[in-house]
Amino acid sequence: MPPRIQKLIFIVISVIFLMISLIVILFNIEDNIVFFFTPSEIIENKILNDENIRIGGLVKINSIIYNEDKSIDFIITDNKNDISVNYYGIIPDLFKEGSGVVAEGELLRKKLNANKIFAKHDENYMPEGIKKQLIETDNWQKNYK
Amino acid sequence: MLQILYNPGRFNDFAKKYTNILRHITIYLLVIGLLYALVFSPNDYQQGFSVKIMYIHVPCAWLAMFTYVLMTIYSILALSFKITFGYIFVKAAAPIGAIFTLICLISGSIWGKPMWGTWWVWDARLTSVLILFIFYIIIIIIQNTFDDLQIGEKISSIFVLLGSINLPVIKYSVDWWNTLHQPASVSKLSSPSIEITILGPLIAMNVAMTFLFFLILFIRLGAEINIRKTLIKD
Repeated sequence: MPPRIQKLIFIVISVIFLMISLIVILFNIEDNIVFFFTPSEIIENKILNDENIRIGGLVKINSIIYNEDKSIDFIITDNKNDISVNYYGIIPDLFKEGSGVVAEGELLRKKLNANKIFAKHDENYMPEGIKKQLIETDNWQKNYK
Repeated sequence: MLQILYNPGRFNDFAKKYTNILRHITIYLLVIGLLYALVFSPNDYQQGFSVKIMYIHVPCAWLAMFTYVLMTIYSILALSFKITFGYIFVKAAAPIGAIFTLICLISGSIWGKPMWGTWWVWDARLTSVLILFIFYIIIIIIQNTFDDLQIGEKISSIFVLLGSINLPVIKYSVDWWNTLHQPASVSKLSSPSIEITILGPLIAMNVAMTFLFFLILFIRLGAEINIRKTLIKD
């Protein structure tokens, strides 16, 4: 085999091995990489208290309560388990019932006192006009969020 | 014909012939794409007008990755077959990729503030793209650090290969881990993902920006080849 081809094979194989090892490392430190935990992960792992944790899921339908002290209560659900959240602060545009949310704060006896919430955008894009049409013709599906 | 891909002289002849045509096509495509995306496309049902940021953000993200993939291929060729054009390509392409990555990061952060409620979070996608940007900067710095041109370009190519292991992490980070960043919509087959009236301008902008990338690349490659010619003469 000519030395140049040998060099090429050596370089390509070492890059591929480096890639695989990086990915293996990243998968092993997954707990530090995931941006949030789901309510099921919290409950299955029996995490009751945590000083700073992010929990993500959907905002449960009909669960947002606006309190008199201008804080809000809502429930994060992954359709299996629920975590109730209390939050005081600015609410992002995409925060609404049935859409994705990530809340960060202190977990106290399965209740989250959030000091930050992020709205999670799904991967669906649709013009405003189409939504009106879909609602008028009764084809609007709840899973479009 | 294939020689234009690795022979500097052949490439220069090719570029001289076609750069002007490429320039015209790019301008037309950019005008059409920008008008289509910013004026004639509808607002999104959730995001409203902010969806228009996507028409800049997505092409830049795609080009940031695409530039790096090309740089990786040319680094491998340059290191294994001693093809000088590979080093010239890395030198010419690195700043373009860095700028596209920067635009991608900034536009994403402008979109993130109203939509997510934050400029920046350390989730897997955002962090891995920031690492890509840092690698671009490292490569540019190394290219300009060494007095001996040949050592500098060799070391920078090795760094290109080191950074390339980040590419699959960027692409698949949204599928492998929980991230705040949404997963890919365009490559997803199931509907509903992107409505055709929003997908149309997005594809138009992607094509236009890709032409813009090749135009800038051709100009920079030509300039870099000319600089090397004068260096060899001296």
